[in-house]
Amino acid sequence: MANHAHAPRPLGGSFLSPLTLLLGVLAAIAGVILVYRFIYGLGAVTNLNDGYPWGIWIAYDVVIGSALACGGYSMALLVYIFNKGQYHPLVRPALLASLFGYTLAGVSVIFDLGRWWNFWHIFWPGYAQVNSVMFEVAVCISAYIVVMWIEFSPAFLEKWGMKDVRQKLNKLLFFFIALGVLLPSMHQSSLGSLLVIFGEQIHPLWRSGMMLPVIYLVTAILLGFAVVIFEATLSSTGFKRQLETPVLTPLARIMYWTLAAYVALRVIEIVARGALGTAFAATWQAFWFWVEMACFVVPLVTLASENARRSASKLFVGAVLLMLGGFMLRVNGFLVGYMTGEGWSYFPSLAELMVTIGIIAFEILAYIYIVRNYPVLPAAQPASR
Amino acid sequence: MDRRTFFKASMAGGAALATGAATCPAQARDNNPMPADAVGLLFDSTLCVGCKACVAACKEANGMPLEFSTKDQYWDTPLDISGKTLNVIKAYRNGKMEVKDREENGFAFIKKSCMHCVDPSCVSACPVSAMKKDPKNGIVTYDKEACIGCRYCVAACPFGVPRFTYDSPTPQISKCQLCVHRHKDGKYAACAEVCPTGATLYGTVADINKEIARRKALKPGEKTSFPRGKLGGPDQSYPGVAAKYLDHTYGEKEFGGTQMLMLSGVSFQKLGYPDLPPRSDAAISEKLQHTLYGGLIAPIAVLGALTFIAKRNVKPEDEEGSQHG
Repeated sequence: MANHAHAPRPLGGSFLSPLTLLLGVLAAIAGVILVYRFIYGLGAVTNLNDGYPWGIWIAYDVVIGSALACGGYSMALLVYIFNKGQYHPLVRPALLASLFGYTLAGVSVIFDLGRWWNFWHIFWPGYAQVNSVMFEVAVCISAYIVVMWIEFSPAFLEKWGMKDVRQKLNKLLFFFIALGVLLPSMHQSSLGSLLVIFGEQIHPLWRSGMMLPVIYLVTAILLGFAVVIFEATLSSTGFKRQLETPVLTPLARIMYWTLAAYVALRVIEIVARGALGTAFAATWQAFWFWVEMACFVVPLVTLASENARRSASKLFVGAVLLMLGGFMLRVNGFLVGYMTGEGWSYFPSLAELMVTIGIIAFEILAYIYIVRNYPVLPAAQPASR
Repeated sequence: MDRRTFFKASMAGGAALATGAATCPAQARDNNPMPADAVGLLFDSTLCVGCKACVAACKEANGMPLEFSTKDQYWDTPLDISGKTLNVIKAYRNGKMEVKDREENGFAFIKKSCMHCVDPSCVSACPVSAMKKDPKNGIVTYDKEACIGCRYCVAACPFGVPRFTYDSPTPQISKCQLCVHRHKDGKYAACAEVCPTGATLYGTVADINKEIARRKALKPGEKTSFPRGKLGGPDQSYPGVAAKYLDHTYGEKEFGGTQMLMLSGVSFQKLGYPDLPPRSDAAISEKLQHTLYGGLIAPIAVLGALTFIAKRNVKPEDEEGSQHG
């Protein structure tokens, strides 16, 4: 299945560029704000309040950030569980992006925790409270980060020439891959379950009760596919490599049918619960609901034909829309549709936004560094354009 | 072949998760029961005169800082509970505000502090057991030494009770704990202790329910006596006149019941309390978690199935991978 031409190789080339410089500056700004936050408290830099105790550092950095980092999960599911070997070249780059996405989601939780020095309590018998959805999310995400580093370690071991360790690890890799499929299934669904205890504080359009874990899990898988297409397109353009459209087209087909199933599920669930009427009310919640739905429905139309799925640009736009849709679903559930009583409002402060942007910048920076220096992307001739 | 293997393994394990998820909407776990020796507060809005002695006493008993809402910072003027304030009295005002405890052109007072839910969301949400419900007296307590400051409790509580000190580098949750730290000196909730009219009473939930039944049986205008301080404590009662109560006792059924129970002449929604269903959200959330993860049976079964499938699918690629690596 794998062949010489597609074996992963370091890209090489210079790390310094105007882009990496800009990313570095953005990451540094976030760093400064965070120092301030740890000295003066959350209130000094965020717009958080008791009506909106969770802001974008949770809704974006953790909930959305980890969902956008599901490329590795979705590809592992496809390649190793559904045995679709043709997508193998996409696994490693997807896994790398996931590794950073998740690691930073995990680390950025610390920025948001008020009493961060106690964070280890969540894993500690006597403190750990197993009925809490948050406990499940925290343990599963942490475990998955460790599993991903193990899954990805062959790339480092190759570079460092540690053949023995690599071979030993290879014998066990199937188990870590299985864990790497189980754990995201658990915590991506649980990120939806987090909302269950909010009960009637969640707007009816997102108050899906027992279906919340299903909705969040399916969209996480969907986002995984979308992100793989998005990243493959970007890294082909950015690193001036051949477009991987031949392998992306059949992937888009799988994504398309997953999307169709999701949209059907979401609509049926809302109708069955009798919440559809609220979508036609003159509220911000209803407006953002339609924005969210449009992001899912438009690709359902534009990517309907196999021909459309062969077009790199249509694929890219479709993938971006799906990422936006997954983003909106989560922002809507955690912020727009979170109604804790009158008199409360929240919009992220500039400092909050800059931290989130800085984290993303750092993530891209690390990705560029790794693919230039370690065997991640499939070796291929530069695109002759 | 592969497909068949996949389906076989799914039968063994993957299905467990699916069935779990599919069967759980049928019913939530039941609400937790009221602890046997539950204690709580009775707040009777018709007796409250809005003096806010309870607000001041609460601050003193719990060592909470002053909070200002006026330009001249002369005295403590909290408008709501907050990181600095565990208990406030709020006013309901309508139209000309002529008659107390009347909805139209009337006014009323209402207490806002922790409800001490029988099945609290904050306790269920807390990942590190910082929020606990005492199994005997049912008081919902907070331990800042355990807390990680995630604020899931703040977000989860339907009454908006746990609050957070965002402006501190070492923040903590603030909430009423029924002055549990004073119990060892034979004292009880400071708010009830100082209440001059007995609008806030401390006692066992059993005693509180008896007192509620007694008051509701009274005819409006009927002469009676009202206890003060602690039900079952030294007699501090005084003569008074029964008000016109709504049938509704807030906290009797709401959200699986609460240990602060309230009587009023004005509807509780007008007084700022949410209209909540009788089942607790903790029950639903925990039922879901237990169905999916109870005894780790479903995850282990799924992991077994996934390992089985992955072992078949990973091997050949890896051998090739290492040849080319």
